[in-house]
Amino acid sequence: MVIRGLIFDIRRFTVHDGPGIRTTVFFKGCPLTCWWCHNPESQDFKSERSIKNLVLSGTKFQHSETTGNFMTVDEVMAEVQKDEIFYEESGGGVTFSGGEPMMQEPFLHALLQASKTLGWHTAVDTSGYATHKAMEHTAPLVDLFLYDVKLMNDELHRKYTGVSNKPILENLEFLYRSGKNITLRFPVIPGITDTYDNIQQIKTLIIRLQSQRPVPMAHGSPLSIHLLPYHTIARDKYRRFCKTNQLEGVHDLKQEALAGLKQEFEEMGLTVKIGG
Amino acid sequence: MTDRVKKLRDQSLKAINRISAERAVLVTDFYKSVTHRNLSIPMVRALNFDYILTHKHICINDGELIVGERGPAPKACPTYPEICVHSPEDLEILDKRQKVSFKVDEETRRIYHENITPYWQGRSNRDLIMGQVSSEWLAAYKAGVFTEFQEQRAPGHTVAGSKIYRKGMLDLIDEIHDVLLQPGFQDDAASSAKQEELKAMEISANALIKFAERHAGTLEQLAVVEKSRKRKKELLEMAGICRHVPAHAPRTFHEALQYYWFVHLGVITELNPWDSFNPGRLDQHLYPFYRQGIADGSLTRDRAMELLQCFWIKFNNHPAPPKVGVTALESNTYTDFCLINLGGVKSDGSDAVNELTYMLLDVIEKMRLLQPGSMVQVSKMSPDRFIYRTLNITKTGYGQPSFFNTDAIVQELLSQGKSLEDARNGGASGCVEAGAFGTEAYILSGYFNLPKVLEVTLHNGIDPRTGKMIGLLTGDPATFSSFDQLMQAFQKQLNHFIRIKIEGNNTIGKIFAEKMPVPFLSLIIDDCITNGTDYNAGGARYNTTYIQGVGLGTITDSLTAIRHHVFDRKLVSMSGLMRADDQNFKDFEELQLELVYHTPKYGNDEDYADDQARLVFELFYAAVNGQANAIGGTHRINLLPTTCHVYFGSVTGATADGRNAWQPLSEGISPVQGADRKGPTAVLKSAAKIDHIRTGGTLLNQKLSPDFFEGDESIHKMSSLIRSYFRMDGHHIQFNVVSADTLRDAQQHPELYRDLIVRVAGYSDYFNDLGEDLQNEIIKRTEHYSI
Repeated sequence: MVIRGLIFDIRRFTVHDGPGIRTTVFFKGCPLTCWWCHNPESQDFKSERSIKNLVLSGTKFQHSETTGNFMTVDEVMAEVQKDEIFYEESGGGVTFSGGEPMMQEPFLHALLQASKTLGWHTAVDTSGYATHKAMEHTAPLVDLFLYDVKLMNDELHRKYTGVSNKPILENLEFLYRSGKNITLRFPVIPGITDTYDNIQQIKTLIIRLQSQRPVPMAHGSPLSIHLLPYHTIARDKYRRFCKTNQLEGVHDLKQEALAGLKQEFEEMGLTVKIGG
Repeated sequence: MTDRVKKLRDQSLKAINRISAERAVLVTDFYKSVTHRNLSIPMVRALNFDYILTHKHICINDGELIVGERGPAPKACPTYPEICVHSPEDLEILDKRQKVSFKVDEETRRIYHENITPYWQGRSNRDLIMGQVSSEWLAAYKAGVFTEFQEQRAPGHTVAGSKIYRKGMLDLIDEIHDVLLQPGFQDDAASSAKQEELKAMEISANALIKFAERHAGTLEQLAVVEKSRKRKKELLEMAGICRHVPAHAPRTFHEALQYYWFVHLGVITELNPWDSFNPGRLDQHLYPFYRQGIADGSLTRDRAMELLQCFWIKFNNHPAPPKVGVTALESNTYTDFCLINLGGVKSDGSDAVNELTYMLLDVIEKMRLLQPGSMVQVSKMSPDRFIYRTLNITKTGYGQPSFFNTDAIVQELLSQGKSLEDARNGGASGCVEAGAFGTEAYILSGYFNLPKVLEVTLHNGIDPRTGKMIGLLTGDPATFSSFDQLMQAFQKQLNHFIRIKIEGNNTIGKIFAEKMPVPFLSLIIDDCITNGTDYNAGGARYNTTYIQGVGLGTITDSLTAIRHHVFDRKLVSMSGLMRADDQNFKDFEELQLELVYHTPKYGNDEDYADDQARLVFELFYAAVNGQANAIGGTHRINLLPTTCHVYFGSVTGATADGRNAWQPLSEGISPVQGADRKGPTAVLKSAAKIDHIRTGGTLLNQKLSPDFFEGDESIHKMSSLIRSYFRMDGHHIQFNVVSADTLRDAQQHPELYRDLIVRVAGYSDYFNDLGEDLQNEIIKRTEHYSI
């Protein structure tokens, strides 16, 4: 049987999702419903139609577009393979993102296996919300995890993302202990994740992780963290896909506002980057 | 920047372009004086050169270290009436046109009106050309199928090699004598013509020496009255330099620069050759002088820097010679296409990047002048640091330096039969043209409007803009039953117009060879002396004539649209599509939307669309490549537009890719504006599907927002992008770092900017897809980047 996965975009020349020049494959469907989600069209595990305005010589035309296609491994790989030469020159590769790629684990696994056969660097951008079994199955094929850390308080996590953070944190500890290369991604959302308590708890988590896998001084920490400032980029998409934007009215967070936080994490020995 | 450089740079930027009658008056006086003397044409040209250099005003600007101006003052531009004559109307247009005007004062107008225009009308080379080309050539030219480069400027398109850094003019005169004294020379059937040419070269060499001595004289006079002791010493030193070069080979860094500059002035005073002139591989030529100066203590790094900056300003003082007729109205290029090459490989094949290469990059960054243009040659051996340093200049949005693939250039030149050494010593000049420096005449003959040929094909030989029959009868396309049939008709029309163009080129080439020799330029380019033959008559070691194809993206997308919608999907009939084109899509808006938004396009790494680019390339190549030119060489192809895609667009009706009538065509080998939707890697892949190695240059422009160049990691990624393209044998890429103004335009005309990607905040997205408030924020941020 040929397996297919639901993919909503394959984007080339992505430069924020891991080292080098990459192609990012976006999986459609996510078990989480984060209030700040910047890809609202990626949440539902089904094809969707949306209306797009096309402009020609000042006249607007409405055009209906489908988002989400079921694709085979070969179809996805054919597209990803087009930029192989750029991966070679830049030390890049392929990133699987979403949505939540772990939600279609068998398909993700098949794509990772195919990528590894070709010798590419692989990255998975995940919320971490997956079964231990799935994570254990996938991890050996992944060179880099881009791993979200949102809220440490489980109650708040449930409120703002719709799910418990328990499996997420367990999977993170498992991956870290197994020696995986991990970049934490912390979406800094005013009043939600950007609180004193939450940040302190994240620091505690990092210290606990670091104590489990001490690294010789010369090598630096295998952990790095990206601070993703809240951005209204998706405001338009919410409108187009007729979805409720729960953060309507919340303003962008300026990159400069994160300088202090960056320094705090750096003092813990982490490599910190603002933005992806 | 020292105070001196600041002042000179400021002066150059503030100087106003003017028309100077000086050269035209001298040339006219001279020609009148020799009417009754029985002189050979090369002798007339050499004596004319001598006459100008003996009588023109010597201009030495306050504080200068490198001296010499083409006109009586910076930006005072001469005209070349023996090539083309400026009428009173032309002078009026030049004075009044909005962009890059040339002021013409009353006195100058009077001189042209009374003295110059009447004498040269009917006598200029342009008049001669227009009288000799065929009527079918004139019809195609007027329809905008092609342009003609040699109509208002002389063939040039050549670059200095290393010879002048090893040999003075006196050494070259010795070489001339050696040729004349060669046993058997007198028995050569062409010996009397060669003798005249060689004598003309000798006169020209002596003329340049005299010109330099006149500068020395003026410098010495200035030294007498100079109050500052420091400047007095400088002036005397400069006088000493002008007495040594160009008569003798240069001994120091300063002498080498001054020598080149005199040669440059010689070339652009003798005639108005295309691409002015160009020192080419400057970091290679100057490096031995730099090292020696540093080693013996006669030169410091700071002094070398100051001299280079003074040298740079000299180029900026010399805008492109002003045009006549409709070209004067439409073309407003300031830049004269001098393109300095940095990096590349040495003649032994090793990496050529040196300390001076990096210093020159500093000069480029600090000077930020339009002229001279600059480029870097990247070979597989070039260090990453070289690319990183260059990208950090490119990102400031100044469009320079551009990136060239040395390994591709060497292959291109080798495949044309050049020696390995000559190929490695070559580079690119003008826009992107590959050439063997110091040994080749690679003459651009004109742009060729590929979409226009398709338009004529679709109208069975008629130009729909004028209703005139300019092509062949190749059948009513409504009767074509397959895409192949259309391509066969297109090929016939293409071959027809290429034949007309090449016949015209050969007529014009012959006129220049016989009537307009350039004995001075012939001294500089090998092997004109040993061959006893003028540069314009085929004296150079290699002689190539190029036809530059324009509108590859537009014709590819138009053919793909026809293939897709008419033949494969049968959405619309051929005649239906043509009616839509002929009505400029009025009442066919839905179809136009389909053509623009829902048709495979070149630039997205999709073979269905890119196949048509390959097809057009192969037909164009087969039609042109290898055809003989007038001076013993061959015709070849280039794919570059300069700004001609705008003119060609203005004479081409609506096209099947959904482009409205009279709008610009695509430029270079870049995709149609906004048609590439899959990012830069897809563009590079599509562009690399044509075989660059069989061209003499292609031009690819990549638009990106400045934040793609922010930080070391981004610079590394951009560098990898270049390396990947070059691994695929791409010839050239330049980054157009978009400005806030461009983004504002994109808000107004989103259909032209569908390809524009911007970084948002850890994400990149298409600018078009962002909401207006976010677009505005990005515009604000981009403003912050630009300098």
